[in-house]
Amino acid sequence: MKIVVCIKQVPDTAGEVKFKPDGSLDRAAMLTIMNHDDKAGLEAALRLKEKYGAEVTVLTMGLPKAEDVLREAMAMGADKAVLVTDRVLGGADTWATSTTLAGAIRNMEYDLIITGRQAIDGDTAQVGPQISEHLGIPVISYAQKIEVEGDSVIVERQYEDRYHVLKAKMPCLITALAELNEPRYMTPGGIFDAYKKEITVWGRKDLKDVDDSDLGLAGSPTKIAKASDKVRKGAGIKVDNLGAAEAADYVVNTLKEKFVI
Amino acid sequence: MDFSLSKEHEMARKLFKDFAENEVKPLAQEVDETEKFPSGTVEKMKNNGFLGIAVPKEYGGQGCDPLAYVMCVEELSKVCATTGVIVSAHSSLCCDPIMTYGTEAQKQKFLIPLAKGEKLGAFGLTEPGAGTDAQGQQTKAVLDGDTYILNGSKCFITNGKEADVYIIFAITDVVKDVKGRTKKIISAFIVEKGTPGFTFGTKEKKMGIRGSATYELIFTDCRIPKENLLGKEGEGFHIAMHTLDGGRIGIAAQALGIAEGALDRTKEYVMERKQFGRSIGQQQNTQFRIADMAVRVEASQLLVYKAAIAKATKKNYSVEAAMAKLYAAETAMAVTTECVQLHGGYGYIREYDVERMMRDAKITEIYEGTSEVQRMVIAASLLK
Repeated sequence: MKIVVCIKQVPDTAGEVKFKPDGSLDRAAMLTIMNHDDKAGLEAALRLKEKYGAEVTVLTMGLPKAEDVLREAMAMGADKAVLVTDRVLGGADTWATSTTLAGAIRNMEYDLIITGRQAIDGDTAQVGPQISEHLGIPVISYAQKIEVEGDSVIVERQYEDRYHVLKAKMPCLITALAELNEPRYMTPGGIFDAYKKEITVWGRKDLKDVDDSDLGLAGSPTKIAKASDKVRKGAGIKVDNLGAAEAADYVVNTLKEKFVI
Repeated sequence: MDFSLSKEHEMARKLFKDFAENEVKPLAQEVDETEKFPSGTVEKMKNNGFLGIAVPKEYGGQGCDPLAYVMCVEELSKVCATTGVIVSAHSSLCCDPIMTYGTEAQKQKFLIPLAKGEKLGAFGLTEPGAGTDAQGQQTKAVLDGDTYILNGSKCFITNGKEADVYIIFAITDVVKDVKGRTKKIISAFIVEKGTPGFTFGTKEKKMGIRGSATYELIFTDCRIPKENLLGKEGEGFHIAMHTLDGGRIGIAAQALGIAEGALDRTKEYVMERKQFGRSIGQQQNTQFRIADMAVRVEASQLLVYKAAIAKATKKNYSVEAAMAKLYAAETAMAVTTECVQLHGGYGYIREYDVERMMRDAKITEIYEGTSEVQRMVIAASLLK
């Protein structure tokens, strides 16, 4: 079985968020991590590899420094890594991103594609399903459990109060939730091996069956009107000198006044 | 001369740091309070390859260099010195001598499960009457057919009772040297837990690293297969000293971690703690103390990393190891004491990490060669 896992280098929300003048994220200036849902997707792929045998390739589009998350993925156990990087691909929204990734995947052999549900920087949850549309394969989103049976996958799809069990014939695409599993740590030896491996680097010319008009900032239908860091909350109201019962009444009444409860 | 770390080492540090923060830090206070050996953490470290970092892959290890290993002990010790010493004693004092002096059969039988973390290792040299004076040994091993019969006891053994494999030193002969002085011939043995005649005495109650299991080992007519002799007969003293050179780098890393951990906590605390209307971190006295500590910690790190690199590249690294351990241990003690002082009354309360760190720091000036022994080693290399 061949599994392609799409991963994204995202800003570490523990650090500071920085923007470029055009409102897009200044990725080069921020601390970064592997997106949580993607890491769960990678872990799922590695478990399938251990259980059924598979070759796991990680794929990312990003700045050259996105190499770091690919190395991390290989240090966790991924076999191969592909970095798609090119100036003309910069500023991509979900449409341009999924077009790019699909263009890269068309060069690869795959039975299963796993992406994270969504990235913590954009929170759109669109890229995974869009890739499946570009490639014309089924998609099962929000996977909380993945099993393989013959040439099919059986996936539990999470809903708010229940889950659905779906079966799809491979090749297909699954989007993974962070709750799917507890991703493993890298191993020390895996890290040193990961830096000995080659990373395949592709640019615009290596993408298959894509139009320039669908790529990068120019090919992105989404335009950012405004972006800002987390809005700081105000100082709040401080009430002193209340007994425990009075304080509880005050809190309950205030919440009622604001229609919170 | 390049002081920057390779990308591999940077990423390894991230791994050790993440693991320490997520898996070790939340338990550190409980481990200290209950004096309970953190078996769950050891199991996790096994699954992540932390118990065989510097062992070659063909022997079940991770195939990394001593610097990566040192960084692991350092990061673990930043949050829990108990966890740091478990790894250090296992790796430096048990895996290392088997790797260096073991036969191929010994490596296959003992090193592979040790490096995979399936078994835990320990080292027994110290005896009630033989600390710094390792020649004061009383434990004896007598060859009887295909086995050595071991009699005697060892004390203050880290990972005692928890470990499965022990490197044990014993007298195999007594000879007179050219001047007519009595000289004990010491040999090293690999002894497995469960060998008849090998039992454990009381568990020591310690000032610090309280979760680390420290036991007395007792050997009563304990028969060790002849093939468990490590190195040649009579090579034991050399094996012990050479092993301790490596061990000292591990303990130096532990001390470095303790100092860094205490300084990190204190940097946060002095910015939060307000007295006389402003944070104590805004007072110049605090700033100068923080600056002095940071310089000592940085210098310790350079010495520790230099020793680790020397271990990878040089045959003899005794002096580098001794300097690193001496300076890092004394830094750990000085820095943690200062950090408690900057915390004021809170620093004396067990709820605050620096209280534990100050108790943990003290042992680094004592075990695997006291600070006085390190000075002896360093001076001996200078005044020939």
